Amino acid sequence: MVNLQKRYENGFEAVPGLDLEIHDGEFLVLVGPSGCGKSTVLRMVAGLEDISGGDLYIDDKVVNAMGPQQRDIAMVFQSYALYPNMTVADNIAFAMKLRKTDKVEMAAKVAEVAELLELTAVLDRKPGQLSGGQRQRVAMGRAIVRNPKLFLMDEPLSNLDAKLRVQTRAEISKLQRRLGVTTMYVTHDQIEAMTMGDRVAVLRRGILMQCASPAELYETPENLFVAQFIGSPSMNVVIGRVAGGDNGDITLAVGGQHLHLTGEAAQRLQGLRDYVGRDIAVGVRSEALGDDGSASLEVSVDLVEMLGSELLVHCTVDAPSVRAIDTGVEISDQPTSTIVASLDSRNQVKVGDRLHLTLDTMRLHAFDLETGAAIGRS
Amino acid sequence: MRLQLVKAAEHGAVVNWPLDQPLDEWTMEGMHQVVGLHRHVVRLIEVGTTSYVVKELPDPLAEREWRLLRELAEAGLPTAEIVGVVTGRADEADGLLITRHLDYSLPYRTLLSGRGLRIPYLGERLLDALAGLLVRLHLAGFYWGDCSLSNTLFRRDAAALSAYIIDVETSERHETLSNGQRRLDLQIATENVLGGLLDLQMGGFLADGIDPVATALAIEQSYEGLWSELTGVDEFNAEETFRVDQRLRRLHDLGFDAAELELLTTVGGSRLRLVPRVVEHGFHAQKLRSLTGIDAGENQARRLLNDISRYRAVLEKRGGRKVVEAVAAARWLDERFEHALAAIPPEMAAKLEPAELYHQVLEHRWFLSERAGGDVGIDETVASYVADVLANAPTEQMVTPEELEL
Repeated sequence: MVNLQKRYENGFEAVPGLDLEIHDGEFLVLVGPSGCGKSTVLRMVAGLEDISGGDLYIDDKVVNAMGPQQRDIAMVFQSYALYPNMTVADNIAFAMKLRKTDKVEMAAKVAEVAELLELTAVLDRKPGQLSGGQRQRVAMGRAIVRNPKLFLMDEPLSNLDAKLRVQTRAEISKLQRRLGVTTMYVTHDQIEAMTMGDRVAVLRRGILMQCASPAELYETPENLFVAQFIGSPSMNVVIGRVAGGDNGDITLAVGGQHLHLTGEAAQRLQGLRDYVGRDIAVGVRSEALGDDGSASLEVSVDLVEMLGSELLVHCTVDAPSVRAIDTGVEISDQPTSTIVASLDSRNQVKVGDRLHLTLDTMRLHAFDLETGAAIGRS
Repeated sequence: MRLQLVKAAEHGAVVNWPLDQPLDEWTMEGMHQVVGLHRHVVRLIEVGTTSYVVKELPDPLAEREWRLLRELAEAGLPTAEIVGVVTGRADEADGLLITRHLDYSLPYRTLLSGRGLRIPYLGERLLDALAGLLVRLHLAGFYWGDCSLSNTLFRRDAAALSAYIIDVETSERHETLSNGQRRLDLQIATENVLGGLLDLQMGGFLADGIDPVATALAIEQSYEGLWSELTGVDEFNAEETFRVDQRLRRLHDLGFDAAELELLTTVGGSRLRLVPRVVEHGFHAQKLRSLTGIDAGENQARRLLNDISRYRAVLEKRGGRKVVEAVAAARWLDERFEHALAAIPPEMAAKLEPAELYHQVLEHRWFLSERAGGDVGIDETVASYVADVLANAPTEQMVTPEELEL
């Protein structure tokens, strides 16, 4: 996608200009909140929406003017029906009859797809004799047998219950890796995005906020929006001030408490030296608060959630919260905010306790309050 | 749990159903499985003279389908009548969508298995009906997303069929559809229809003479023909303004109307370009309803309106003076339509819709008259039709799996 744009007749600009490349065989997930333009992008790729500007390439060919059928892509629906009187082989093959495919070629393709999908042993069976997972693979087989250049999936799991969603998520991921077919997958669910994608492209208001591997998005978000959109619980972000930056160390003041960054941690956020005396947004994930770390924050405990493997401890800290909103960055007008720490479940913590939460300064994040951009990563 | 119900007075029985229980555990008198392939649990429930279809599906889908079915109905498009939706059931159980069963509708399995009353050129009729439905939806900005035989019900409409969309799980409503959306919808329809037909064929249920591949492929042609007739731009010389009237007549013949006609002068001013904005189907059905109060399909209405015109000519000849259309229609209703239907034994009268019965009587009269080499009277026709055709025909008001045995 080169400066890909979508403008509607009423002037609404759903996608102002997107540059994004999907590599051969890659599983790329487009994720973002409702209205971020992710489905619009997928529809432009599918040929369902006219492209207002820029170019869309498949391989090295501009396909802007091509119809959906000519683009050699497959929209994969979870609603593929299986036909009960037809064998598995027929269910996979029948659409090829519309393209007048030769019988020998058809049989060869079905055999190839069946092997990939581990369905060879059941090719002569009817759908009624298959397990749920096998049926799902037969449905996928119908899309795969066409040998498309690209699979497109638009929220294919949104209609499933939670348990089936997790199962199907794993099934699709496994299958995509086995087939090696380039896939573009749209979801609003960041957990789905993080668990499935080789890379994840985060969109907001039609603008690409970051495109990176799940680990990179999580550990090194390029802006406040990505930092808070990715991860559950969401990253804790409060107002802080860069109080000092002498002798290679950096001091942050958060709600009257001081956090000292030394050595590698200070080096990592060295850009903060340009912010001395100014307010910034300080971010830390729940698991970077708790048992290990070189700094600490004193907090009071408001709520404890026992999740079995961990304790989620909701605490009050004396600093306003900061969050990314559609139009930029919003600072709360409340003087205190709630942060969440993920602690070992064997900890004895109860509501009303005052805690000194240790903080892993190597996992501290800082963002500009005007632009929301991450500060000073070296 | 939340129940939203339309026409609560009419569908009050719904409130007494075990709405908090999983649908596959319901045990009610008059409950049946529903014919066809379904992704969800679906049941048909008869309550007195009304039948309902209940489908269990996740809350967001149920809410969405509830909204879309109402929008389809508001746009005057042929669909199942929505009755209610249940969401927020205990233990995060799926919601329920309740629609009214479309009386006298026929699933494709019944039609294509060659059971019941014969329909000539069945494959062609079926795909014309489906393509016609797709065109109507697309004109109104509806993308279906899963057009298939099993997501459609058919009703007899004189010598043709009319199609009703009954599953809108994958549908979307837009201001207008892009060409890409229409193309994809058509591609999905073609593939799904082939699947449905091959499935019947492999099960040994497809009537002879229907070629699955040719029938499925012909949908595109049928769709394109209708689409270009309805939306195509005419260009003609500035003095040929009668072409506007011609175009309007062609639209009316197809059952559509033009909400707006845009006439543009081409460069130089010697030619005019006509761009119609076509609106919903039902030109003849509306006219018949306003003249007689009879609800009928578009083709049935066209047939009955022709019969009214012929009867008007008879009245004018008999009285030696002009008879206004409304008077002719009132007399036709009394002296022809009601008269013919009254001669059908009550136990057979519900086998088909009244308009379809009357159409078939007219067809039968044509057949008898041709064989006799002269006009056969309506009383004699009805007697012959009842004895030779209707007595052996199945009741089509509702088709249950027990009757279908497929």
